[in-house]
Amino acid sequence: MSAITSDMLLQSLANAITLGSLYALVAIGYTMVYGILRLINFAHGEIFMMSMYFAFYFVTAAMLPWYLAFLFAIACTGILGIIIERAAYRPLREAPRISLLISSIGVSYLLQNLAVVLFSGIQKQFPPVAMFQDVITIANVRIQKLSIYVPLITAVLVIVLLYLVNKTKIGMAMRASSKDFETSRLMGINVNRVIAVTFCIGSVLAAVGAIMWGLKYPKIEPYVGTLPGLKCFIAAVIGGIGNIKGAVIGALLLGFIEIFIVLFFPALSGYKDAFAFVALIVILLVRPSGLVGEKIANKV
Amino acid sequence: MIKVENLCVNYGGIEAVKDISFEVPEGEIVTLIGANGAGKSTTLRTITGLVKARSGSIKYMGEEILGKDTVSIVSKGITLVPEGRRIFPDLTVLENLKVGAYLRKDSLEEDIEWVYSLFPRLQERHWQLGGTLSGGEQQMLAVGRALMSRPKIMMMDEPSLGLAPLVVKDIFDIIKEINKRGVTILLIEQNANMALHTADQGYVMETGRITLSGTGKELLENSAVKEAYLGK
Ligand SMILES: Nc1ncnc2c1ncn2[C@@H]1O[C@H](COP(=O)(O)OP(=O)(O)OP(=O)(O)O)[C@@H](O)[C@H]1O
Ligand SMILES: [Mg+2]
Repeated sequence: MSAITSDMLLQSLANAITLGSLYALVAIGYTMVYGILRLINFAHGEIFMMSMYFAFYFVTAAMLPWYLAFLFAIACTGILGIIIERAAYRPLREAPRISLLISSIGVSYLLQNLAVVLFSGIQKQFPPVAMFQDVITIANVRIQKLSIYVPLITAVLVIVLLYLVNKTKIGMAMRASSKDFETSRLMGINVNRVIAVTFCIGSVLAAVGAIMWGLKYPKIEPYVGTLPGLKCFIAAVIGGIGNIKGAVIGALLLGFIEIFIVLFFPALSGYKDAFAFVALIVILLVRPSGLVGEKIANKV
Repeated sequence: MIKVENLCVNYGGIEAVKDISFEVPEGEIVTLIGANGAGKSTTLRTITGLVKARSGSIKYMGEEILGKDTVSIVSKGITLVPEGRRIFPDLTVLENLKVGAYLRKDSLEEDIEWVYSLFPRLQERHWQLGGTLSGGEQQMLAVGRALMSRPKIMMMDEPSLGLAPLVVKDIFDIIKEINKRGVTILLIEQNANMALHTADQGYVMETGRITLSGTGKELLENSAVKEAYLGK
């Protein structure tokens, strides 16, 4: 590991924060859905993928200006999340959890194949937006403007989300439902609606992440969501699945691990995508409940 | 206020409730006593729509509520303090009270004050997570939470379970006080002695059937009840 300059360190720092922030937006969806349904939503990576296509077609086919196209893509993804929950998960509300898991794997394959049929397997180029992709130089570090926007947007969304979950009525209903559907219903909470809202929020955040992902890595194909999906699931587990702050911490950690191992050990760069799995194994061995594990047990 | 007629409830092949009929008149305290597995909890869960009935009728102020979903039933002013307390462990005490008032849009201040005056312990611990309360405190919270919805009728499933004898007396005093405020009460109890002393009307349930009914006093003096439930 020769001659790592401070510029390189700063550069990597910027990259790690950007990557970690992107992971965070997707990881939150896994953790929220797990929190309320105890389901690992395998279709989440495909929701991510679909929102990239939505954005692509709103720009290229509908010829909308980028901001409208992105807004519509985010809205469509939110609706997609609600539809998936309604069609594939709600009918299984009383079924064993394994059925739910299998259903989510089914949805994942369905969406992948649907994308191949509808959009073809040929790689597409995510529409460029100069405002995000221009390169600027700050203190000898050359970064895309995106590297500034991504962490900012993520931070704002996470703060809004935490406020929503911890301080609002619907957030209270979410936290109540995540522990006990039956008693929540006795309180008058429409649990199905709360779950739909949860899916919608998770999908919207994934869409924001996917669009920024597309701006940074502008290729789209039907399997583009698989690896980011898997890594973000791992990030959520590392942080302590079910916990929103944990997902953010896990995601940032994963971003740092990926970027800095490559910086310090360039020879390992070919194995970059495997780091997440190593980190997962380490965490599962050392702290199975994740970095920010469940706070208290249920007293009976 | 609530009129149950010919209610039958099955779990798969098991008949848990077999053709029962009873009535809870407005403003009264009615108790349902019976041995373990008699079908008492099932009856209350069916009234709130958590369990589907096979046949029969449940009328609330003349309106059929059997077959309606839980949220619309509780929104009519029926509340249940469920068996085993079921407070929300990672909501604070105050949030547990607020979630009890989930369907209300008006100010909760007054009701929170009232619940705190019934259970001063809850006020001291309003910031604490529900799951970290002691069992008895959780029971108080479960009652307080149910009151927050301003129910017209409150159904309680073994509120005295696991409480120290002195606290049991307090709970029954509080039940009477709640009733004085105009809340009709349907109470399930293992503590038949306390329940029958408190109640205006009582029903005895055995293996899915109602076998005896009468005023609290009559049942206290009934020899079969004495033998089976009062240990005399
Ligand atoms: N979900 C269920 N599935 C199958 N059987 C059930 C279920 N819930 C209750 N039962 C059965 O129905 C019968 C009545 O149960 P219930 O809970 O109503 O009794 P209970 O009178 O409340 O008893 P306890 O005093 O012990 O609480 C019991 O035999 C019980 O095993
Ligand atoms: Mg019971």
